[in-house]
Amino acid sequence: MPPPPADRRPQPGSPADLFAAFTLLALQGFGGVLAVVQRELVEKRRWLTREEFVEEWAVAQILPGPNVVNLALAIGGRHFGLPGAMAALAGMLAVPLALVLLLALVYAQFAGHPAAAGALRGVGAAAAGLIVASGLKLLAALKTNPLGAALCSAFGVACFVAVALFRWPLFLVLPALGLPACWLAYRKIQ
Amino acid sequence: MSGAPHLMLNWGDWFDLLSHFLSLSLISFGGALSTAPEMHRYLVEGQHWLDEQQFAGSIALAQAAPGPNVLFVALLGWHVGLNAGGLPAALSGALLAMLGILVPSTTLACLAANWVHANRGLRPVRAFKQGMAPVVVALIVATGWILAGAHASPEHGWSLWLLAAASALLAWRSGVHMLWLLGAGAVLGWFGAV
Repeated sequence: MPPPPADRRPQPGSPADLFAAFTLLALQGFGGVLAVVQRELVEKRRWLTREEFVEEWAVAQILPGPNVVNLALAIGGRHFGLPGAMAALAGMLAVPLALVLLLALVYAQFAGHPAAAGALRGVGAAAAGLIVASGLKLLAALKTNPLGAALCSAFGVACFVAVALFRWPLFLVLPALGLPACWLAYRKIQ
Repeated sequence: MSGAPHLMLNWGDWFDLLSHFLSLSLISFGGALSTAPEMHRYLVEGQHWLDEQQFAGSIALAQAAPGPNVLFVALLGWHVGLNAGGLPAALSGALLAMLGILVPSTTLACLAANWVHANRGLRPVRAFKQGMAPVVVALIVATGWILAGAHASPEHGWSLWLLAAASALLAWRSGVHMLWLLGAGAVLGWFGAV
């Protein structure tokens, strides 16, 4: 889908708008918000294109702290400065925090029940699949990458193998793959 | 929760709880879950503020509940407070833990996002974003892969992988709403199919 022209791009109207958007987004995020954040911000609200999302995600990913929280801060701050960042952060955390504490109170009553543990396990597996799907959807954003298809696949496959299969820690994998990738990208763009 | 420890926490202990999470915030690359082993070492093995079930349960509940996974940190603080006495202590524990894990990383993220946006036209900044793109997209897929295997055990290994794969395929290729997939996972798990 082609991005709408820059002046007609949908945008958050106020910090309250950001708060509401990130609250809604967080509340759909069973098993983590990663799968939802791409769908809501790119596909539904269109505040970002796929390419912009991947760029923002790159910054959010290399900083310490929860990626989705870093992303919310960046998007909120972009539109309304510090109040926007705080509104997006509060949206991401306030209602879900209250909800998870309530859930802990309720779950304490059923913790010994094997069916409840099984349901938790099943939701976890389905949620993991959703995260994989959002990664697969973002592959489309790499089509316009200056590295080209061959290098993008090489770096992507190497990263997946190192992290998912070998379980090497991120603080090794990110610089080991990121530095050569960024250097090659630097040489290819003007 | 009969085996949960009963604690007497003084002001110094609450301060230690806060500073433990403060000290982990800036090294939590890839999310707070990456420092969970360190939290386990401190809260369960070192201070004996939590038992194993409370620790594992906090992570599983936060993953099943809506919201970012970092909320498991709030549940860790919540359970420490609960072991020390009633709900006010539990609430204080949850808030202290969240403040600790978030304030340093949030401050850094705000500063960094501003700087990157202000300098977005610079060649090194563009090269960084473009170069990292294939790596971070692969990382998202890898995150899902790791979480899919998190509960796999000999008894329900392959069925959980199958469920995760089906969910990934349907979410990627069809427009089916994610709540249907999560609901299906819950029902299959409830009846012991996975």
